[in-house]
Amino acid sequence: MATEVILPKVDMDMATGTIAKWYVESGATVKKGQAIFDIETDKSAMEIESPADGVIMLGDAQVGAVVPIGSVVAMIYGAGEVPKAAVPSPFSPREKVADRPDEGLAASPNAQTGSVASPSSALRTPSPNGGRGTNEDANSGSRATPLARRLARQKGISLSAIKGTGPHGRIVAEDVANARTASSVAAPSNAMESQAVRAMYAEGSYEVKPLDGMRRTIAQRLTQSKQTVPHFYLSATCTIDQLIAVRSRLNAHGGDAYKLSINDFIIKAMAQALQQVPDANVTFTDEGILHHRASDVGVAVSVEGGLFTPVIRSAESKSLKRISSEMKDLASRAKARKLQPADYQGGSAAISNLGMFGVESFTAIINPPQATILAIGAAVERFIPVNKQPVLATQMEVTLSCDHRAVDGAVGARLLQAFQRLIEDPALMLVESVKFDNAP
Amino acid sequence: MANATKSKSATGPNARPFYAKHNKPQLRDALRRMWLIRRFEEVAEESYVRGLTHGTMHLSIGQEASAVGICMDLTNADYITSTHRGHGHCIGKGAEVKYMFAEFFGKEEGYCRGRGGSMHIADPATGNLGANGIVGGGLPLATGAALAIQLRKGKDVAVCFFGDGANNEGAFHESLNMAAVWNLPVIYVCENNQYGMSVSTERSTAVKDIATRASAYNMPGVIVNGNSIADVSEAMMVATERARNGGGPSLIECKTYRTRGHSRSDRNRYRTKDEIEDWKTRDPIPAFEEELEKFGVLSADEISVVREEVEKEVNDGFIFAQGGTNPVPESVLRDVYTGAA
Amino acid sequence: MSGRELSYAQAVQEAMSQAMEADHRVFIMGEDIGVYGGAFGVTGDMVQRFGPDRVRDTPISELGGAGVAVGAAMAGARPIYEFQFSDFASLAMEQIVNQAAKMRYMLGGKISVPIVFRMPCGSGTGAAAQHSQSLEAWFAHIPGLKVVEPATPEDAKGLLLAALDDPDPVMVFEHKLLYKVKGHVPEAPYRTPIGKAAIRREGKDATLIAAGIMAPKALEAATILAGEDIDIEVIDLRTIRPLDTKAIFDSVKKTTRLAIAYEGVKSFGIGAEISAAVAEDEAFDYLDAPIMRLGGVESPIPYSPILEKAAVPQVDDIVAGLRALVKKRF
Repeated sequence: MATEVILPKVDMDMATGTIAKWYVESGATVKKGQAIFDIETDKSAMEIESPADGVIMLGDAQVGAVVPIGSVVAMIYGAGEVPKAAVPSPFSPREKVADRPDEGLAASPNAQTGSVASPSSALRTPSPNGGRGTNEDANSGSRATPLARRLARQKGISLSAIKGTGPHGRIVAEDVANARTASSVAAPSNAMESQAVRAMYAEGSYEVKPLDGMRRTIAQRLTQSKQTVPHFYLSATCTIDQLIAVRSRLNAHGGDAYKLSINDFIIKAMAQALQQVPDANVTFTDEGILHHRASDVGVAVSVEGGLFTPVIRSAESKSLKRISSEMKDLASRAKARKLQPADYQGGSAAISNLGMFGVESFTAIINPPQATILAIGAAVERFIPVNKQPVLATQMEVTLSCDHRAVDGAVGARLLQAFQRLIEDPALMLVESVKFDNAP
Repeated sequence: MANATKSKSATGPNARPFYAKHNKPQLRDALRRMWLIRRFEEVAEESYVRGLTHGTMHLSIGQEASAVGICMDLTNADYITSTHRGHGHCIGKGAEVKYMFAEFFGKEEGYCRGRGGSMHIADPATGNLGANGIVGGGLPLATGAALAIQLRKGKDVAVCFFGDGANNEGAFHESLNMAAVWNLPVIYVCENNQYGMSVSTERSTAVKDIATRASAYNMPGVIVNGNSIADVSEAMMVATERARNGGGPSLIECKTYRTRGHSRSDRNRYRTKDEIEDWKTRDPIPAFEEELEKFGVLSADEISVVREEVEKEVNDGFIFAQGGTNPVPESVLRDVYTGAA
Repeated sequence: MSGRELSYAQAVQEAMSQAMEADHRVFIMGEDIGVYGGAFGVTGDMVQRFGPDRVRDTPISELGGAGVAVGAAMAGARPIYEFQFSDFASLAMEQIVNQAAKMRYMLGGKISVPIVFRMPCGSGTGAAAQHSQSLEAWFAHIPGLKVVEPATPEDAKGLLLAALDDPDPVMVFEHKLLYKVKGHVPEAPYRTPIGKAAIRREGKDATLIAAGIMAPKALEAATILAGEDIDIEVIDLRTIRPLDTKAIFDSVKKTTRLAIAYEGVKSFGIGAEISAAVAEDEAFDYLDAPIMRLGGVESPIPYSPILEKAAVPQVDDIVAGLRALVKKRF
């Protein structure tokens, strides 16, 4: 059984401590009682001894980092145990919490409510007598009773999202039951109970497909979005003949190297528009508006049973070819449910394109924490007046949804305008930070 | 002459009770059984060294007179318990060699359906409560069988075969004491072959003769030449009479010898070849055949016929057993309990 | 429902008397069971009613005596052998374990050994280490034996009559402190089925399994805990081998928490077997807490009354244990 090395409480009123110095490196053999690191508290430094014999693997707590007491800072593996290469500590920025296959949420958007804080299960209270044993190391997840596991599995809840109230942070059935009701905080009290719903349909006239993790998450988050984000919508009609021509010309040179889609241009245009209207490249939080530096643009990808919105990071600085290949990769991984959280977390805006289905226009629901989402409609041929003469043009309607807490009407309008100009004249995308003569 | 049931010279005034009391068929059967034991043990040994049997075995070659002499007058209602060296006792009590071979080969046709093996051969239907793997294990059991007989006011007896090794077990002393206190119809037959496993009685037992211990328990104890069937049988007749008529228990010590080792793995380091060879000259079977011929009970030809019959029976039994049914693994739990497991 | 009350000892005697009246093959042997009436007074005046042959004093020879009983059983009798203290069964292990338990199996089913061994067990009388043990687990480990442990006078009679009907060897453990306990005992003969537990108290917060003296202690603890709104289901095993696993699993699935209270030493005891059986069954996925064993301490039973009490689970220990179990402190 691997032994946890925790940052101990050494002073009475101590809540955190700092590792001042490591005496050993990962892979070193240590003996029980041997000094392995110095801990610095408000009062003074103190040598901390190894709790067991074995091979020690350090976590990534940096020297000097402030660590809550009880955190696991290293693991000691005994004879016959295989040391795990990395021991993530509880405060590393990107916690891969949803990797466990049996958690049921392998590839869904961040199950935690948007924060990057660590799950509580990694902050385990130490068991000084070792009585209950560390039957799971810090990496592989939570301590939970068999009943709690089964209930969580049935309900598609990740154990890592649940705080355990049992001894040693153990998750018990009660915690799973409570977690369910907490995460359905978005489920309003006037949502119909499933029994009541079923009662409205004749027996045998329907088939029940149980909710999987993805469906549940979509239901939860989009309900939350609709209820808490003040949406408003702005539409514009873009003439895309030039876009079509440019695409065609570029693809003629593409060969095997690239094949650009309309969507690739749309992503780039949106990214650049966000750079041109930085006030729209934002996220609302209670403590302040985050003004993002890069344009991380999410793109809705439909998969069987649901959808994902993988993000193209810093899309403003990427070539069309690169955007295109990244999208292809993300889309295929999305369909295979092999996306990592890093692929879909965050982002400042999103694009959703239903034009391929013939939808002329629609309004999309914002994915928090993003502040906008652009809904793209189908390309339609129609006659438009140019110099008072009817000219055949191809047009596509786009509708921008905005989070009014962070993006006001005029800001949204300027974003939309910037996008329109770039998509109607794609050559403008070659110029960085093109300034337009627009009224505030 | 072979046509009289009792030969004239056998019933002469010098005839001993063994020959006076037993008729020709009985005597013939006694010889047959001795040969059956001998040939069975030899073939069993052969099959063991060829790797055909599992586990180990404890042969009683040389002790046939004791086994047959004690058992020949018992009925199916009389009980015997035996030792780990019990093949002879089982055959003496009427066991058929083909079912014994089958047991050695672990077949369903064996006396214990392959579950017991050499050390646990039994046939409760004929009063044979079985060989026993624990030295001294059968002493209390035979005593208990005798108690059951007494409680139902029967006339049957229980016979306990045990070896010189067992006479130092607590169970021996406790059993003999109780048998005497309660006056039970049990006959304790000690086959003293002078060695426990490797330790001689001289080195292990405080008294020279085990029969001496009988007096400590207030019961008669006699010593007989275990290699003379007549000696053994006559002592048994007396003891059985006593027991059946409420006279209580007795102990018969048969001085004998096993020419083979304790078991197949015995290297015989604890005794000399001379000693073994010396006892081979006192083989109980030729001695009995000699007497039978001398007293005119059986002719040499008739004796040959006995040997041939035995040979056939042993061979047929061996073949029967080889063609037996192997138990299926799923039956491993059968008969742990009576009725549903 | 009440009415006829007998003590546990009287109930045992009644069972034996009724069995002996009905079947001439039944008899009892043991030390000081005749005129003396038995060390715990269980046989009482039976020797006067049935005579010294059928209520038979033995010399002090546990191995020989038990073996004689086994041999008698093999030869058609139906003996009851009384060990004066269960600790003395250790002297007879050879005949119980190597002979009685295995005879049927070794002989391919050709014989049965219908013997009953009865013995007083357990601590609390100051009899100290060699006269106070709880060795049920030893015998429960042997295929071929059955082990029962009645907790009430009613079950003492019913289980003993069932044991006497049983064609296989049965070990009957009677806790010394139960002999004087009174309870309802129907007069006409009846059998309590071997292998069936009894739910003495229904509950929903935790399952508490006990046998023998622990059953009344468990009920007492449950009553105390009910006052704290903790609702305990108490199962009286009645039979140790074979375990009524169905009753155990059904209860665990209902309450999601399990504790086992027993006087035998905690390690390698009946608590271990029950815990493992539950952990292997689908009942495992219903457990919302680790399984708690409340067993005897890892020492021989001491003489001093303070230490003697401290050596085995008392009502307080059971209460504290179940409280921690239900309140998520275990």
